[in-house]
Amino acid sequence: MPDFISQKDYDHMERIDSDLMDKVLSLYDRYDPTEYTEAQVRAALCRDSLTIDDFGALLSPAAGSYLEQMAQKAQRVNRKQFGNSVCLYTPLYIANYCTNHCVYCGFNCKNHITRGKLTLPEIETEFKAIASTGLREILILTGESRVHSDLPYIGEAVELAKQYFSTIGIEIYPLNTDEYAFLHEKGADFVSVYQETYNREKYREVHLSGPKRDFSYRFNAQERAILGGMRGVSVGALLGLDNFRKDAFAAGLHAKFLQQKYPHAEVSFSVPRMRPYKNNEKNNPNDVHEPQLLQVMLAFRLFLPFAGISISTRERAGFRDHVMDLCATRISAGSKTGVGGHEEEAKGDEQFVISDPRGVEEIRQMLRERGMQEVFTDYIRL
Amino acid sequence: MINDPLIIGGREFSSRFLLGTGKFSLPKTAEVIEAAGTQIVTLALRRANMAFEGNILDFIPDTVTLLPNTSGARNAKEAVRIARLAREAGCGDFVKIEVIHDSKYLMPDNYETIKATEILAKEGFIVMPYISPDLIAARELANVGAAAVMPLAAPIGSNKGLLTREFVKMLVDEIDLPVVVDAGIGAPSHACEAMELGADAVLANTAVATAGDVVAMARAFRMAVEAGRQAYLAGLGRVLDFTGDASSPLTGFLED
Repeated sequence: MPDFISQKDYDHMERIDSDLMDKVLSLYDRYDPTEYTEAQVRAALCRDSLTIDDFGALLSPAAGSYLEQMAQKAQRVNRKQFGNSVCLYTPLYIANYCTNHCVYCGFNCKNHITRGKLTLPEIETEFKAIASTGLREILILTGESRVHSDLPYIGEAVELAKQYFSTIGIEIYPLNTDEYAFLHEKGADFVSVYQETYNREKYREVHLSGPKRDFSYRFNAQERAILGGMRGVSVGALLGLDNFRKDAFAAGLHAKFLQQKYPHAEVSFSVPRMRPYKNNEKNNPNDVHEPQLLQVMLAFRLFLPFAGISISTRERAGFRDHVMDLCATRISAGSKTGVGGHEEEAKGDEQFVISDPRGVEEIRQMLRERGMQEVFTDYIRL
Repeated sequence: MINDPLIIGGREFSSRFLLGTGKFSLPKTAEVIEAAGTQIVTLALRRANMAFEGNILDFIPDTVTLLPNTSGARNAKEAVRIARLAREAGCGDFVKIEVIHDSKYLMPDNYETIKATEILAKEGFIVMPYISPDLIAARELANVGAAAVMPLAAPIGSNKGLLTREFVKMLVDEIDLPVVVDAGIGAPSHACEAMELGADAVLANTAVATAGDVVAMARAFRMAVEAGRQAYLAGLGRVLDFTGDASSPLTGFLED
């Protein structure tokens, strides 16, 4: 029985037959980060390819004093896998209406903020402004409202984006397989959906109402996206919402099992921490400080050397600059988290307060100075 | 070397070292190519940003033959489309077929590669397929018109050296096409080993790009490839298995 989810929303949700969630959650339930010893961390660091248990060790408090060793190894792995290349992208929020009540998010439907939605001409103006900076990869975002940002609207935005960008990602509400296929047909190839937390009880506590309250429909979104023809998916937990070590562990397994089941799919991570937002300036990442965030990122890199890792403007410039050469593969530039705002004035309030306002040219300069090579296009849409 | 050209698709090259251009800074490209003495460089079409500055093509000297690869292709159809795009973009007729359907190990899909090779060879491309070193697949590639075969030495980017030695040797012995050992070569000594074995050329990228001094490493590879080639042409001396020969002949009894 759906509770706090409308019957209509609930009935629309496609249920796929998959064992992925059970596999991840049974390992998640058994994982206790406090059980690991420093000897296990050292053993994990000696191995060429990490077992699931090694990954658990690297996320444990015991690994806290091995950050430097982890960083040294991650850098070697990262360079071997990706050289000195870093992909640049920017997010564009085209709407911020939302039907979910998520206690940690600035867009939640109970928060009194200015709501807005860009018209297609406004979207095009934004695309032009973004493309003029040289960027060829865009992430199109909406709040989660099927009413205000319906599928045809997002489809039109994607189709328009095709004229300006070689890589189009979407970060919107989870869809059914045929809906993902529709957006793929329009030109989108990459899908981001974040589980926020893999702790089912906590999940219910922080998602008070709206379709997002359905844990499994969200969990299986990446799989539906791949089945719908998308080339890549990203996973992530909102670090600091619950036990970040356990959530990172589950996110890592989620990515691993997705790739194992769909070897052709490109799997990547995002590592968002909680940020202050309008009417909740005290919202913060709790016990996930920079060392803990770095530990998570390094553990991801060592566990899945092939996976992409994005670093958003939730983090400050100094942190972002340094992780580029250790473990991250994608960095956003010129980010705005209000609705629009790249060319015209933003039409709606921000989802969260950004920490790194630098534009494309500044990021590019920074990468060059650090011996890195910026990459604007890394993809051919076929 | 005097009159020992590498011939691919009817074109002659004096260098037997091919260089991949991914994984290092664009402004370094020309200098690395020069130090490597390379005459064929690969580039990923997906990285070639045609519309904006920072296009890799601007950093590659005109004297070098471009070998665009189809990286990003997951099947034959996509590889064919990328190859055609490369030709339209002015990258010439050479194409390295790369079909990868595995995002973890990045192992090439020989079956789809054969299909793409057949189509593109008919369209007049000089097709150089990147493959797992499999004799049967290589024979089929020769049948459908490949201009060379490019077997991997070890998983791409691993720098582990010629782990597939025995299988590459079969191709060297049996396939009547240039064999270019590609992927997994981690050090000049590995490149030299492949050349001593009889490979016609070697391609490296990660090993050069991740070196402390990229230019110096490119030069070292050039020398190693030349040394390996010379050793192969000179004919390697006998390498004994464990001990010397028995001093009294074992077949002496025949004379009794």
